[in-house]
Amino acid sequence: MAGSSAISNPQSPIENIKRAIGKITLPWGITLGYLSLMLLLPVAAMLLKASTANPAEFWKIATSPIALSAYDVTFFTALIAALINGVFGTLIAWVLVRYDFPLKRIIDAVVDLPFALPTSVAGLTLATVYSDNGWIGSLFAPLGIKISFTRLGVGIAMIFISLPFIVRTVQPVLNEMEKEIEEAAWCLGASQFETFWRVVLPPLFPSILTGVALGFSRAVGEYGSTVIVASNIPFKDLIAPVLIFQRLEQYDYAGATVIGTVMLAISLAMLFAINLLQAWRRRYDG
Amino acid sequence: MTANINSPAGYKFPPAGSSRRQEKAWVKPTLIGIAIGYLALVLFIPTLNVFYQAFRKGFEPFFSNLTSPDFLHAAQLTLVISLIVVPVNTVFGLCAAWVIGRNKFRGRTLLISLLDVPFAISPVVAGLMIVLLYGRLGWFGPWLEAANIKVIFAFPGMVLATAFVTLPFVAREVIPVLEEVGTDQEEAAKTLGANDWQIFWNVTLPSIRWGLLYGVILTNARAMGEFGAVSVVSGNIAKKTQTLPLFVEDAYKQYATQAAFSAAVVLGLLAVVTLVLKEILERKTRIKEVEE
Repeated sequence: MAGSSAISNPQSPIENIKRAIGKITLPWGITLGYLSLMLLLPVAAMLLKASTANPAEFWKIATSPIALSAYDVTFFTALIAALINGVFGTLIAWVLVRYDFPLKRIIDAVVDLPFALPTSVAGLTLATVYSDNGWIGSLFAPLGIKISFTRLGVGIAMIFISLPFIVRTVQPVLNEMEKEIEEAAWCLGASQFETFWRVVLPPLFPSILTGVALGFSRAVGEYGSTVIVASNIPFKDLIAPVLIFQRLEQYDYAGATVIGTVMLAISLAMLFAINLLQAWRRRYDG
Repeated sequence: MTANINSPAGYKFPPAGSSRRQEKAWVKPTLIGIAIGYLALVLFIPTLNVFYQAFRKGFEPFFSNLTSPDFLHAAQLTLVISLIVVPVNTVFGLCAAWVIGRNKFRGRTLLISLLDVPFAISPVVAGLMIVLLYGRLGWFGPWLEAANIKVIFAFPGMVLATAFVTLPFVAREVIPVLEEVGTDQEEAAKTLGANDWQIFWNVTLPSIRWGLLYGVILTNARAMGEFGAVSVVSGNIAKKTQTLPLFVEDAYKQYATQAAFSAAVVLGLLAVVTLVLKEILERKTRIKEVEE
């Protein structure tokens, strides 16, 4: 056996692999090939680059004060933005499903605008509207509140881009919900508030949570609108994606890679968490 | 009247239309008011502002901005990139949708999650990964340099970055349609002697066409509007590696606010067209659901 040549033996592993490849149809080949080239290879390149740094060095860059402050600004602001949208997004979904009012269809369609509008346009117009002499910013300026070019501006941009995730996750569930249950609760003497709190909200809750998680995940990675609306000053309103960008601009590939790897790990953890939430949601649906 | 007949003794059903069964009168207008107020602050006013700023000095500066060489080059580059990326990702998306929607295999869930990765990660991280792969110090760096091919800070890198961030759209829109349509018609065609290509072209494609078109529109909107990933790999050089979204940021940074908003209007119109097409397609699929 040891002497048999791989090429002449029809039962050799190489032949087996060749036959297996022959069985792969075109769609399989394109899917796996394209995914490997476009997705797996770049991820592998970054992880390998990150692994060449020694752990002490990696840890030092990943937890440097400027990085810690950037995580703080990014994740805390994104969380607040997603939670605010959790409340108002649910309210908007409720209004769009339950009530009729003029221009409802147009308003419903415009909720998707942040999906369709390029992020740099969003950043440009938010920076102008919320600046000291902008339409909305000028209302807050006399109170001493600056929005554009501060952390508040970052928050507004994150609210803008994460809003449709919550509305569009909650809306279909609300649409399916039977009104009879609420009427039954009313008939049994529950107050309006009790009906909402104990009958409507519990089945909606997994969807609201999923929407908030999706919005949070999007807000954490956002770059285009936030970089324009913020002043990008370290320890003030510098977010992690901008920090990665600045590191690259200074040709500090090691620094960019370490912070990029931290962000990638958190994004993948969020993706995993969202998948678990979706599974929970489906079980809730029965 | 009716309530008294069957109701248990001592309990009176609230009459229809009473405040007990229906919401209190102030609730509906208040909630609608809050919803519209919030949307106005976050969405409507900023959107109106794009058009106001671009046209507040009349149409003339707007059109002169749109004929500047920098703008024209950026618009052309944006179009060319999307003309390459959209067809490539459409073919991939169809293949991936077929693999996931028509087959049961181990690792199927993993493959679906993999498809979501480009949406989950920051565009800047996506750009960084492409730099680390194709850049001068990257894996393919020495090999590309020897072949005298420039990927980073050049056109190919921008195409790769755009393709990366728009990779999932088509597959994600087509998979649910494919699963809902089922395999009955395809099997019938097969029994009647159609080959794989004929089945795909004459049976599968017509039944998924609206979902596919929806995916293509979303891919195109994101491809033309992508900022973060392209910004990382392009170097943002005017008349060379500057797309329209990059032009908007660059003009704003150079205090050419008018030019920035003129380009923003063009991209804003792209978004409006996308939303209108989306509405039409959603109505089409909804009507189909009702018919069936």
